[in-house]
Amino acid sequence: MAKVPVQFTLNGAEKAEFVDSGTTLLHALRDKIGDTSPKGGCHQGTCGACSVIIDGELRLSCLTLAETCNGAEIRTTSGLAEAGVLHPLQRAFLDAFATQCGFCTPGMIMAAKVLLDHTPNPSREEVVEALSSNICRCTGYEPIIQAVLRAARANSQNAA
Amino acid sequence: MELRKNYFADVRKDGLNEIGQPRPRLDSPGHVTGKTAYFADRNFPDMLHLKMVRSPHHHARIRSIDTSAAEKHPGVVKILTAKDVPHNVYTILILIQIGPEDETVLADGKVRWKGEAVVAVLAETERAAQEAAAKVKVDYEVLPAVFDMEEALKPGAPLVNEYHGQNHYLYDSGECRKVRFGDVEAGFAGADHILEQSYQSSPIEHAPTETTGCVVAPEGNDRFTCYTNTQAMFFTLDNTSIILQMPGSKLHFVGGTVGGGFGGKVDVIVEPIAILGAKLTGRPVCFIYSREEEMQISSPRAAEKVVIKDGVMKDGRIVARKVTGYTDAGAYSRHSPYGAQKGAAHYPGPYTIPNVWIDTYCVYTNRTPSSAMRGFGVTIGDFALEVQMDKLARLIGMDPLEFRFVNAYRDGDMKAHRQPTEGAALIECMQEASRAANWPVAEEFMAMSSYTKGA
Ligand code: FES
Ligand code: FES
Repeated sequence: MAKVPVQFTLNGAEKAEFVDSGTTLLHALRDKIGDTSPKGGCHQGTCGACSVIIDGELRLSCLTLAETCNGAEIRTTSGLAEAGVLHPLQRAFLDAFATQCGFCTPGMIMAAKVLLDHTPNPSREEVVEALSSNICRCTGYEPIIQAVLRAARANSQNAA
Repeated sequence: MELRKNYFADVRKDGLNEIGQPRPRLDSPGHVTGKTAYFADRNFPDMLHLKMVRSPHHHARIRSIDTSAAEKHPGVVKILTAKDVPHNVYTILILIQIGPEDETVLADGKVRWKGEAVVAVLAETERAAQEAAAKVKVDYEVLPAVFDMEEALKPGAPLVNEYHGQNHYLYDSGECRKVRFGDVEAGFAGADHILEQSYQSSPIEHAPTETTGCVVAPEGNDRFTCYTNTQAMFFTLDNTSIILQMPGSKLHFVGGTVGGGFGGKVDVIVEPIAILGAKLTGRPVCFIYSREEEMQISSPRAAEKVVIKDGVMKDGRIVARKVTGYTDAGAYSRHSPYGAQKGAAHYPGPYTIPNVWIDTYCVYTNRTPSSAMRGFGVTIGDFALEVQMDKLARLIGMDPLEFRFVNAYRDGDMKAHRQPTEGAALIECMQEASRAANWPVAEEFMAMSSYTKGA
């Protein structure tokens, strides 16, 4: 099968790989580049576990072809903590008991990050809407909603 | 919510210091940073992908299997059928002497449910494995199937599983698990009211976000490391050892964080065939259920039917309870004979009833094999029992919570399956629930205790 080159930044670092044409970004990240923080829960765009941020937008990496990401700026949950210090969202997920099995967590955090980047002080309804394409089978969602609201409050206190 | 902390203060030294205090989860830092290693995060060079050819029929005889076109498909490395599996017929609970072996790793001559594994295809890529699997030709003679437990128990019903010889599990007590306590017919004869109701549930899929699977790597010394999301590590290790006729010392199982299980990952399904594939090819193998397989193929909670007949007095005492429970195992036992047995012990509920009669059946049908799920064997029973309790309270015009106080078991009461009650806290839980839910009950019930009879 013909290989195609792909080149993008991942959490700020330059990455270049040859992949089979048709390879999803999820496979490229996990199996080629070795960032396993995006998870494959369905590979058909229904669970949100594979969510990543591409050029500031929330994307399902299982439905995104790697070859369409040339020159893109890609962010994943594994790159959120800076110098070992957790991002406020990560801190809030931890403190609000928003993880159980953890499989949905990286995708949830990506969805929440895009929300807070655009809407620093979201209402509860806006949080629910922003997480509505991410499935969690463990928590019942409420702790996750609370975590996102808590992170938003922490951000606004830091800004004040 | 503030809970009273003085319950059982005389038998506890802890003062309930932890209750109401947040404690961080140990695994959470890994989860929020994406560092937690799930089985599928293991990747090996030259790893093969396994895809299953599955039965499109609920019940059929296999006339022939033709893998020749699939073998020629580019990227295909190995194709496995029943004859490749050293000990192809197994049952998980054989480890605790609950036989007979009744399930095939790969179908041999017959399929008994729609989705049953027939042929395993190993290929260089997931896509090649999938495409080749579609080229395997299986010639089936479709047989009549049965999907309803009561139909399956009727004489002349299609026989689902020849290893059992009839469409129910055979316990040492006969066709069902039996509990006999007191004289249930005398109890009914003396009761003020009789209420008989039947309750039914459908199968329930756990739908974990991480699908079932494993990654196997040969260690190069005829030993295999299997990274798996099983919830039952040693059941899996020991059953794999039996199926592959390999000593356990050749099998190195690595578990860890499971991406949601809820009981759905206790069966031994993916590991033996993936290890066999690694053994026969000398290469790493991954076998991961697609979302569709997780929803359609993995065991659900069993469908159940519960028929409850109660005799109750005007003053609220239940004097007789007769229960017949049916658990739909689907085509194979897996954990269902145990689930049905648990139901037999559980059906009186947390109530002291002097006359009890219970039969529970584990029934085979041509449905997807069911297995464990959170409290299997008792959860559906509890639904049925507590709905029945509400109906009984309404029948005699009593408050439903007070009705439960009247019948609640207490320490020292003999349960119907001959286990004396110990450490009962039902009364105290109901007292606290009465306060927390602001559902007041008469003072005499608030003064009751699980320790003592009377107030
Ligand atoms: S894996 Fe992409 S949405 Fe489920
Ligand atoms: S924590 Fe398990 S799926 Fe969300």
